[in-house]
Amino acid sequence: MSTQPALVVEDAAPLAPDGTPRPRPSKNTATRGERVSWSTTIILILCAVTVLLPLYVTITMALKTTGQAVDGNAFSLPAPFSIDGFVEAWNLTKFPVGAGISLLVTAGTVVATILLAAFASYAIVRNWDRRLFRYSFFYLLAAMFIPFPVVALPQIQLTGRVGLDNPFGVVILATMFQLSFSVLLFTAFLRSIPIELEESARIDGATTWQTFWRLIFPLLAPMSATVGIFAFLYAWNDFMMPSLIISDPALQTLPVRQNLFQNQFSNNYNVSFASYLMAMAPAILAYLFTQRWVMEGVTQGAVKG
Amino acid sequence: MTTSTIVTAGDQKARRSSRRVEPIYYLFLLPSLVLFTLAITVPGVVGIFFSFTDSIGIGEWRFTGLTNYIAMFSDPAILQSYLFTIGFSIATVIVVNVLAFLLAVGLTARIRLKTALRTVFVIPMVISGIIIAYVFNFLFSNSLPSAGESLGIPALSTSLLANPDLAWVAIVIVTAWQAIPGTLLIYIAGLLAVPGDVYEAAALDGASKGQQLVRITLPLVAGYVVINVILGFKGFLNAYDIIVGLTNGGPGTATRSVAMTIIAGFNGGDYAYQMANATIFFVVAILISLLQLSLTRGRNAF
Repeated sequence: MSTQPALVVEDAAPLAPDGTPRPRPSKNTATRGERVSWSTTIILILCAVTVLLPLYVTITMALKTTGQAVDGNAFSLPAPFSIDGFVEAWNLTKFPVGAGISLLVTAGTVVATILLAAFASYAIVRNWDRRLFRYSFFYLLAAMFIPFPVVALPQIQLTGRVGLDNPFGVVILATMFQLSFSVLLFTAFLRSIPIELEESARIDGATTWQTFWRLIFPLLAPMSATVGIFAFLYAWNDFMMPSLIISDPALQTLPVRQNLFQNQFSNNYNVSFASYLMAMAPAILAYLFTQRWVMEGVTQGAVKG
Repeated sequence: MTTSTIVTAGDQKARRSSRRVEPIYYLFLLPSLVLFTLAITVPGVVGIFFSFTDSIGIGEWRFTGLTNYIAMFSDPAILQSYLFTIGFSIATVIVVNVLAFLLAVGLTARIRLKTALRTVFVIPMVISGIIIAYVFNFLFSNSLPSAGESLGIPALSTSLLANPDLAWVAIVIVTAWQAIPGTLLIYIAGLLAVPGDVYEAAALDGASKGQQLVRITLPLVAGYVVINVILGFKGFLNAYDIIVGLTNGGPGTATRSVAMTIIAGFNGGDYAYQMANATIFFVVAILISLLQLSLTRGRNAF
């Protein structure tokens, strides 16, 4: 995603704690008693078609033979179905390597973001009366005002100098750019956890370390899901940062590998679209299984000002 | 963790007032602070420092004072990139917010297939910008022209992306396609927070659906509009991935964003010069953030 998932507005219909789906918004009193609006439904379906059209083209193009793919009609169905495009894309982009690196970068960013942000947020919220922790909060938040392009050039230079011009360097940088947003979400959530809960754990003899792992971190789970999903989407989809930081093309992530088709093989559309499809499918699948949290993530919390 | 055993249940009372901070909290905070400083603060400071020099990224350099900044303000390439980026951002913000608001109104109305439609509308948010830009690139340069030819519309028969005056339209379309879901979800949350009885009251007073939308819904979600406009604008100013995938800044430099100009400077040996550009860009980002803070502060009530 090119834009920061950014901030967040109070959710009107939050998820029940046990994970059951939220009540249907159609029970909103505004619409109660009215008939189903078929005209609105039809207009929205037509709009949904424009959303799906590029995806339809991607899928059908990927399943065509090279001969059919170049005939110029993007909207025709594949006849005959062919998986040659996938086979060739798999080999051309070295898909297993690219997917492995993308997976590593993504998993690393997700885990590092959740852990570092949860640690820091816990320390900050529990020591809010201390200046060091309060200032640290605002310091970490400041990154929300720093777009990547502003620090990109020195980062390219410095990562190159210390040997981090590789996927590992991308994990560190991506985590740091996700940190502000994640700390904001975690601290807001932690403030809503009653301190008594923690004190009772401590009376039972738990240390801070144990309290964090046995009590606080499990309580943070819904927030961790949101934070993790945004870190996932960012790390999996980003083009700009890996393309600039990773110096060895053999170690590039999947989105960056797709630029192969902009120069060479540019007429084998079935191959390039098969490759695009393989690169975007994991994020779409992940979304379909976690859509409740994705939607919540965007709409929860309140803008901190 | 041996350090954490220092605190026992006994000194819980004392912790409340002038307690000592448990060392483990420093350990919790430290990794984030150190990494953050090394990964963002240090590069930021280094960058600003070099913007006052004539460095090309490696080798020797000397101080040149404000030379880079002065040169920047009379550099047509940089001015054009700012003009393009700001114009594109304004256009995209308008398109995204109008469409997202209308879609949100539709999706919160009494409709069929609500869940399925919502699922579909959010999909663009999870797709890589560069890849969807490549897909649209194909549609704009192959499918649309051939459709225009067969329909006999000469305006469509050449690629939108090859036209220096219109390539930005394609960038707005694709950026909006991807940015609408996030904006839409925030509007849906806003619309669901509007109590239903105000509509009932308005309907009793004889307000039509259209009047209700303009006179009641819009003012009640004004805070959400402000947030969406500013967040969108901030995001679009950084435009990079989608433009690279669609036009790569072309034709010529007609659609080169500020981010692309900065990055291009690195390869062109203009390191210090483009760092001056990045510093100005940073100042612009801060100004917009301050605007955001001042506009949203009073509206935290929702």
